[in-house]
Amino acid sequence: MQFKYLAVSAAALLAAGSAQAQYSDGVIKIGVLNDQSGLYADVSGPGGTWAAKKAVEDYGAAAKGLKVEVVFADHQNKPDIGSNIARQWYDVDKVDVIVDVPTSSVALAINQITKEKNKVFLGSGPATADLTGPACSPNTIHWTYDTWALANGTGKAIVQTGGKTWFFLTADYAFGHALERDTKAVVEANGGKTLGAVRTPFPGTDFSSFLLQAQASKAQIIGLANAGGDTINSIKQAAEFGIVEGGQKLAGMLMFITDVHALGLKTAQGLNFTTAWYWDLNDNNRAFAKEFAAANGGKYPTMVHAGIYSSVIHYLKAVEALKSDADGAAVVAKMKSMPSEDKLFGKGTIREDGRHMHTMYLVEVKKPSESKAPWDYLTVKKEIPAEQAFRPLNEGGCPLVKKS
Amino acid sequence: MFELLGIPPQALFGQLLLGLINGAFYAMLSLGLAVIFGLLNVINFTHGAQYMMGAFAAWMLLEWAGVPYWGALVIAPIVVGAIGIAMERLFLRHLYHLDHLYGLLLTFGLALIIEGVFRKQFGSTGLPYANPLPGGTRLDFMFLPWYRAWIVAASLAICLGTWFMIERTKLGSYLRAATERPDLVQAFGINVPRMITLTYGFGVGLAALAGVLAAPAYNVNPLMGSNLIIIVFAVVVIGGMGSIMGAIVTGFALGIIEGLTKVFYPEASNTVIFIIMAIVLMLKPAGLFGTPK
Amino acid sequence: MNNAAITLTSQPAIAKNRDLSILAMLVCIAIVAPLVIYPVFLMKVLCFALFALAFNLLIGYVGLLSFGHAMFFGGAAYISGHVVKVWGWSPELGILAGTVCAALLGLVTGVLAIRRQGIYFAMVTLALAQMVFFFCVQAPFTGGEDGIQAIPRRPILGLFDLSNDYAFYYVVLAIFTFGFLVIWRTIHSPFGQVLKAIRENEPRAISLGYRVEQYKLLAFVLSAALAGMAGATKAIVFQLASLTDVSWQMSGEVVLMTLVGGMGTVFGPIVGAGVIITMQNYLAGFGEWVLVIQGVIFVVVVLAFRKGIVGELQAWWQRRQNQKG
Repeated sequence: MQFKYLAVSAAALLAAGSAQAQYSDGVIKIGVLNDQSGLYADVSGPGGTWAAKKAVEDYGAAAKGLKVEVVFADHQNKPDIGSNIARQWYDVDKVDVIVDVPTSSVALAINQITKEKNKVFLGSGPATADLTGPACSPNTIHWTYDTWALANGTGKAIVQTGGKTWFFLTADYAFGHALERDTKAVVEANGGKTLGAVRTPFPGTDFSSFLLQAQASKAQIIGLANAGGDTINSIKQAAEFGIVEGGQKLAGMLMFITDVHALGLKTAQGLNFTTAWYWDLNDNNRAFAKEFAAANGGKYPTMVHAGIYSSVIHYLKAVEALKSDADGAAVVAKMKSMPSEDKLFGKGTIREDGRHMHTMYLVEVKKPSESKAPWDYLTVKKEIPAEQAFRPLNEGGCPLVKKS
Repeated sequence: MFELLGIPPQALFGQLLLGLINGAFYAMLSLGLAVIFGLLNVINFTHGAQYMMGAFAAWMLLEWAGVPYWGALVIAPIVVGAIGIAMERLFLRHLYHLDHLYGLLLTFGLALIIEGVFRKQFGSTGLPYANPLPGGTRLDFMFLPWYRAWIVAASLAICLGTWFMIERTKLGSYLRAATERPDLVQAFGINVPRMITLTYGFGVGLAALAGVLAAPAYNVNPLMGSNLIIIVFAVVVIGGMGSIMGAIVTGFALGIIEGLTKVFYPEASNTVIFIIMAIVLMLKPAGLFGTPK
Repeated sequence: MNNAAITLTSQPAIAKNRDLSILAMLVCIAIVAPLVIYPVFLMKVLCFALFALAFNLLIGYVGLLSFGHAMFFGGAAYISGHVVKVWGWSPELGILAGTVCAALLGLVTGVLAIRRQGIYFAMVTLALAQMVFFFCVQAPFTGGEDGIQAIPRRPILGLFDLSNDYAFYYVVLAIFTFGFLVIWRTIHSPFGQVLKAIRENEPRAISLGYRVEQYKLLAFVLSAALAGMAGATKAIVFQLASLTDVSWQMSGEVVLMTLVGGMGTVFGPIVGAGVIITMQNYLAGFGEWVLVIQGVIFVVVVLAFRKGIVGELQAWWQRRQNQKG
């Protein structure tokens, strides 16, 4: 089966001809590695591949004489499958950059391999803030969001509007623990209090028992330090058990617009969460969303899709400026030295720890009566400027950051 | 006395009740599995996918045909059961004379296909399904949603009805006889293959019915069944493979035990069933209600 | 299971020689393979092939279907990952530690499980594996679902530089060949003959005075140890030990490999592992259809090629020989 890949690469090589000798094997090869079939397939999945291709097209790569190719694969949320694909991409198929990679465990593995092979990793999908903390690498840029930003955005806003006491439903795995830890810190730093937490096995179906424990704690806010199906089930069952009517509020720490879609506005209304991007913010986003929906069976893009688009554009800019994609660390250094700008994320910068800095948004889910169109789900309550949205540079423990 | 455990009695009652509700799902699903295993000798790994199909059928009926929940409760199991019958005719019947393992592998493969197709069609995040019985009643110790009360009642009725039908009626006795000595029963003029096919359809219909019941309470997504199937298997084994009453009683009992675990050691609540399974199999190899062969 | 497993030819001596010549051929192919095929991929195939061989020892030659073999594979991966990364042991000691721990775990679980048969044996092993899984989720040293990442590849025996994929490949090939010979030797030893006797007719074996449980237990421990060796090696190849390796899906995957290749055949598990791993790699490009295609293959194999690839080939060969003779 390698033969086929080899054949494809060889054909690409020939097609590219000798004009782009400066690019390794003549082609800039972008590998979209994500979950095409499982829990996060709607959050990134096939739509992620579309977004990467769209970025290449919008950048006008062909007109600029860049030969760009996009390949994709399914890591099935398993780190060993993901790392296997990544190695093969880098060693055999001459992939130059891997984008997306939701699921923190897979992203951490890709992060390490990318550094070892000196390529580039643009993480749009992963949540773990470790990518710009202890695990940060000169070859990685963490683009869209992280656990710290979500915890901070949502946690702070809620505490400041009076939600002082918290109880957490935490998915019992590293990602859930990180989300709980980060949110707790924010809540307590802003004068709030944590009354307790319960660790729920992952993945779970029935959360009513845990919700009842949360109810008994009398906390004002029930923080959902989980993701995907766990979050949807907790919210659905909280509505059923009258938790919200009883005066307690839910706060989803990691939510995507697809989760809102799965819940329906009737159940999800009034929820607050933090997002890096929303399709209905401006005309550019709306145009992108419209095209996306047409190509992806009516589904609308999430922040991860937008992040893939944005990161690929910036990568191409840096490669074009360097006239080379051979040295991954050099490309990333170039990306860090140039401000980023594209139609979806606007202007931004990249910090030395690899964090892409941009505005985050605190959003609220609309009431069914306020929703005018399909996927018209969110209102922006607050813009969080980049420097407040992300973890301060010196707190992450990233070895790349020089101690001053 | 309850305070000694660090939990106020009221909360404990609440958790017991919730456990019972979850047990209702385990009981219904393991009942279907037990019926199929008892009468067909097939370990039906597609059960989880069929449960998921039930929930999706309810959604499709509502969205596309405007059939409300109560209608779906009747139609969805029939439709999914019919699909099950087609599957039995096409694939499963070729395997009856073989080891259990092959039935298990085949149905596992079918489950992968079904889940994959649904995921392709509907995405993986899930679909909304509104609660047909909103509201509830405030008991001394907890808020009991009407819908959950309905789940327990419906499930109990279905389980006991099935048990009665198989263990106490003439039709049931034919079925049981057919599994012991198909040749003899055939000789009495009963169409055994058709009976087996219909039994499979019935077991699948039970799974779909559980799926419809689950749609308003749980997230309706293509993977909802595969998360549950392995636990339901454990329930069937603990109860004794093929024992109808065993599956029902164990389903409810394990729901309660799991509910208690969620209070005292929540992290272990997915594992506790397997611990019990190991212990039971050590002490009573044929399961709690099974008869050793 | 008993009737489904395929016995080898009735002339053990010929079979033995034939097996050895096939093995020699395979090793020759394996030695030149990295020239054309990506070595990391080959290493993965070898690790899984060893895992499937270990599993096949139980199902094919003792008639026991274990549905919890991931606990040995993944457990050993964690142990070797931990001792190599945190305690700074060399890789050969890491693999040894993983193998020994898997053997010990096999002894404990074997004592508990071996008295059950058929589907109940499968369920006991599944239950025990789920407990091991739970332990791996909870224990601090396993790193939760992130697993143990960035396990270093130190030189093995202080000699060969494992950071070079080609050098490492030959080390893995050596480990695999060692594992294969252990299994092959076991099958053809008097011990292996007793195992087959137990598979064919347990009461008879008992009446002949064999202490059946001890034989079964020994086979179980051996299978666990070799599965552990495969897992420990894989952890160092991929520099990663994760929950995937201990999950019940992994236990299912090894059943699939063995089934596709041919249960109870000497080379079946190797072929099965090769086919399944290749498929996973190749199908990764099909994105969302991966699992559907896998499902279709399951169904087709069960309905049409129940003896597995090698099993069907053997049967075909047998038929041809019979026609000739």
